[in-house]
Amino acid sequence: MMRTSLPQWVDIGLLPLINILAAFVVAGVIIAMIGENPFVALMVMLKGAFVYKGALGYTLFYATNFIFTGLAVAVAFHAMLFNIGGEGQAAMGGLGLGLVALALDPVLPPLLVVLLAIPMAAVFGAIWGAIPGWLQARRGSHIVITTIMFNFIAASIMVWLLAGMLMAPGQMSPETRSFADGVGLAQIHTIFNAMGIPMARSPLNLSFLIALLASFGVWVLIWRTRLGYVIRATGHSERAVIYAGHSPQRIIMITMAISGALAGLMALNEILGVQQRVILNFTSGYGFTGIAVALMGRNHPVGIILASLLFGALYQGGAELDFEFQTITREMVLMIQGLIILFSGALAYMFNPVLERIYAHFFTRREVLGDG
Amino acid sequence: MADLWLQFVLTLDATLRVATPLIFCAMAGLFSERSGIIDISLEGKMLMSAFTAASVAAMTGSPWLGLISAIVVSVSFSLVHGFACITHKGNQVISGLAINILASGLTVTIGIALFAQGGQTPFLKASERFAPLILPFADMLRSIPGIGVIYAEVISGHNLLVWLALLSVLVTGYVLARTRFGLWLRAVGEKPEAVDTAGISVVWLRYQAVIIAGILCGMAGAYLSIAHGAGFVREMTAGKGYIALAAMIFGNWRPLPALMACLMFGFLDALAARLQGVELPGIGLVPTDLILVLPYVLTVVLLAGFIGKATPPRAIGVPYVKER
Repeated sequence: MMRTSLPQWVDIGLLPLINILAAFVVAGVIIAMIGENPFVALMVMLKGAFVYKGALGYTLFYATNFIFTGLAVAVAFHAMLFNIGGEGQAAMGGLGLGLVALALDPVLPPLLVVLLAIPMAAVFGAIWGAIPGWLQARRGSHIVITTIMFNFIAASIMVWLLAGMLMAPGQMSPETRSFADGVGLAQIHTIFNAMGIPMARSPLNLSFLIALLASFGVWVLIWRTRLGYVIRATGHSERAVIYAGHSPQRIIMITMAISGALAGLMALNEILGVQQRVILNFTSGYGFTGIAVALMGRNHPVGIILASLLFGALYQGGAELDFEFQTITREMVLMIQGLIILFSGALAYMFNPVLERIYAHFFTRREVLGDG
Repeated sequence: MADLWLQFVLTLDATLRVATPLIFCAMAGLFSERSGIIDISLEGKMLMSAFTAASVAAMTGSPWLGLISAIVVSVSFSLVHGFACITHKGNQVISGLAINILASGLTVTIGIALFAQGGQTPFLKASERFAPLILPFADMLRSIPGIGVIYAEVISGHNLLVWLALLSVLVTGYVLARTRFGLWLRAVGEKPEAVDTAGISVVWLRYQAVIIAGILCGMAGAYLSIAHGAGFVREMTAGKGYIALAAMIFGNWRPLPALMACLMFGFLDALAARLQGVELPGIGLVPTDLILVLPYVLTVVLLAGFIGKATPPRAIGVPYVKER
């Protein structure tokens, strides 16, 4: 991180907003170049994300995925570890969850199956995160490269299993059989409707609440526990951690396991919340988006929830673009996402010098006057 | 027996075809990373240039214009990467990822706007592509038992870009090992302070490196869509950029070993394609998924130091801050 002379509200409030704005301006120029009106497109996206019936539910549903993967990236980042493996960890999480559900749903009551399956998603994700962690800590391999490789390995394992021994009989597409009735997380609209409060249909389910709980848990972990302190210390200075009597290698592995577990929990939303069977590619890029979410949210749970809402709205609004325009599809969202990662990640401090000058111009003078 | 030999030769032929984009990208990564700039964006640049090459070739009818514009587009993405990582000292991995995601969104978005075919480009005619070069006497020599087939299938019949890819390895090796520019480039990736102290611009050297990487990725992309293939389909790079990255690491950031790794990965790929659905005695149905995953597994094993040691350039990933 670069040092800055700007006050905190500019650094964590204004600067990210300016970066997002820059991304949207570039996206708008591209939309204009392919012959559509960017303002109309923006309106369609906003309506699609918030206004239409059930739209908000979809937005929050997507946001749930991003909260999990964003938290995963953020936890690792506090130890200065760059976890690009969210995709693979989430896929393995889905596999762990699915294996438990498929094995136990004929014999155990649904609620018990769900309660056993949820931790399994975390455990499988944790294992898939801890192995690259171990490789970095003990064998010195670079975590960025190994997590990328582990994404591909996970994807191959999923293809191999879902098109092979786990494939539902009589099925052509690579997916497992559906879980038994009741093995899933209740959807929010059914709960509300049962309580007599009308709510539009959407895939939003209980994992949204689990995601919020996980956010709180990460906040407690990072800023209120000794482990969190050591994780952050590892990110700043390994030597200090060694002097304090901890093993940075152990911390790296633990951090990556926690990170992987959070990414693995993403499967709750997609697999247990909606599909109720394991399908191929259910992670569809959410692991990568988690990187953007963590960057924008400045690795803080509150920021991550806000960034997840933005990306949830982008995804849901992007789906609406598909309907309304002939020439714009939801891949547009991928493009905007790339621009956001570019501006709020790689070019995060591009506007810093300008802002510093403006700030100095307006605020320092006033202070001088105030002194006099 | 003759049939088996032919099968083997055809697999070798396919190996070279599959390996070509890997070779280009591995050399691209090599230039960039030897100068100290991590290049995850090989994939995105290749995708973007594959799309550009096919679009321009479809619109102008000229594969040459396709190739040139592919290179221009790829280099401009390299410059974005350079602007973020060199000028603004941004995180190189994040910048690379951004470019990859941006490319997969842009290709489909622009593709639909241009051709309205769901993100594909139109099917290219033979005149709009780089045709295979049939070497002299290929058909005459084919009848020579054993070796003739090798000449006719493996050596002859490749397009220009396959040869350029092989040439790029030689050029990369020569430039890195034998020229002053190469010496500086290696130095800037190991110890940029030293280069700076010698009065050579670290920034300009690194920009040159990423520009060269852009040129090579542009050729890789053009190969995919207008030489090997006949048009662009979405996500047509399908992780080849990452495999190339793996091959480069496998080759320990050196041109010739990287070429060997590319050929090995290409061979695994070609083999998997040939063995699709084949039952071998004793093994049964060949698990082609597992063959395809081997490059990634091998790279992890290599990085863990179980088969030799990977030694990346020392200053890799670290933005250079001039001392004041």
